[in-house]
Amino acid sequence: MVAVTMMVDGVACSDEVEPRLLLAHYLRDRLGRVGTPIGCDTTNCGACTVLLDGESVKSCSVLAVQAHGAAITTIQGLAGDGAWHPLQRAFHDNHGLQCGYCTPGMILAAVDLLRRNPDPTEEEIRIGLEGNLCRCTGYVNIVRSVRAAALEMRESATSGVGR
Amino acid sequence: MIPPRVEYAAPDSVAEAVSVLAEAGEDAKVLAGGQSLLPVLRLRMAYPSVLVDLGRIDGLRGVRDEGASIVVGGMTRHSDVIDDPLVRRHAALLAAATATVADPQVRHRGTFGGALAHADPAGDLPAVAVALDAEMVAEGPGGRRTIPASEFFLDYLQTALDPGEILCEVRIPKLDDGWSAHYEKFSRTAQAWAVVGVAAAVRRSNGTIAEARVGLTNMSTTPVRARGVEAALTGKPADAATVAEAAMHAGEGANPPSDLGGQADYRSHLATVLTRRALSRAAHIG
Repeated sequence: MVAVTMMVDGVACSDEVEPRLLLAHYLRDRLGRVGTPIGCDTTNCGACTVLLDGESVKSCSVLAVQAHGAAITTIQGLAGDGAWHPLQRAFHDNHGLQCGYCTPGMILAAVDLLRRNPDPTEEEIRIGLEGNLCRCTGYVNIVRSVRAAALEMRESATSGVGR
Repeated sequence: MIPPRVEYAAPDSVAEAVSVLAEAGEDAKVLAGGQSLLPVLRLRMAYPSVLVDLGRIDGLRGVRDEGASIVVGGMTRHSDVIDDPLVRRHAALLAAATATVADPQVRHRGTFGGALAHADPAGDLPAVAVALDAEMVAEGPGGRRTIPASEFFLDYLQTALDPGEILCEVRIPKLDDGWSAHYEKFSRTAQAWAVVGVAAAVRRSNGTIAEARVGLTNMSTTPVRARGVEAALTGKPADAATVAEAAMHAGEGANPPSDLGGQADYRSHLATVLTRRALSRAAHIG
């Protein structure tokens, strides 16, 4: 067993884990943060995407021991002060989800995309989210949701309100 | 799917990593970014005794200028390679190809050295390494040694690295004034492996192609240096006819696989098409 310490959604977590334990399983089975689903187990679908030190990663492809010392953000830690993140709100408003299974990963991948490119074109969004599969094929509304959130986040940034 | 039971070591220096590897014996496996190794473990295609994680060795990350070459640390992540100013300026082909590797999440974890040491013939970066005449710097119990890219890739997933050696850094000769580059990749779906990929760099001078470098992805069990294409370009007018004629040599010396991605004859044809496109883009023709 190996000792690991990490921040998960703002909470410090310390545990003894087997080296083979995947971060996705650590989050779900040990911490009970089941907002991070596992969709494919082959590093394809991106449903299990979380932010590791602010950058998107597939948590089925990271060992918990590799995340030692890191800060993890799951979909359950994205909302601040009871208010949804603009991307969460935009997915809701624009019907950016159907079954919802891919949604946590889509939203966290989009957080990373907008961090790097606050004003992406439709093509840049599609390429930026290529690591995430929507098995319902609801991509049109997913792209619409990301564009809407990007606009809102740019407006609130320029108006000096929020981020 | 759950990986098999395995021990774990996270050394904080290369010397310590080498000694841990030596102690662990040949069933040990080096863990770089894990974006190929962890899927392999989840699928139970390998049962290493111990994972030696290089992620805590700061000295293996980053890019530095060494005069005629740049040196890319083996643990430099794809996302950092893409954005690195030295890479963009002196090895534009590497930046271009790396930007097409998998997807953003994988590029945040996967590393340059890991991709080369894994030596997947469908991986994008081995072809770049052979096209750019990169040199691999490996450290093992016997010290450091340098392996030219042309001697590094031996076979499917096989490199010249000894089991006890770590790929520490990669030296890439600069291609500066007059050089431009493009990586052309054909895959069937988003984030999929290349069916075939073509890494091309050309130096234009007074309307001619003065020099060219071409490497092919997934046209053999190892990356292919397309010397026939390069010879057909050198000294010729930088125009569409030259590129079209040169591209016809793309299959020479290749031994493409037949698999679900395509049959060998299809890949041979595809290589000529993609070589023409890659050269046209790299040389700003058409």
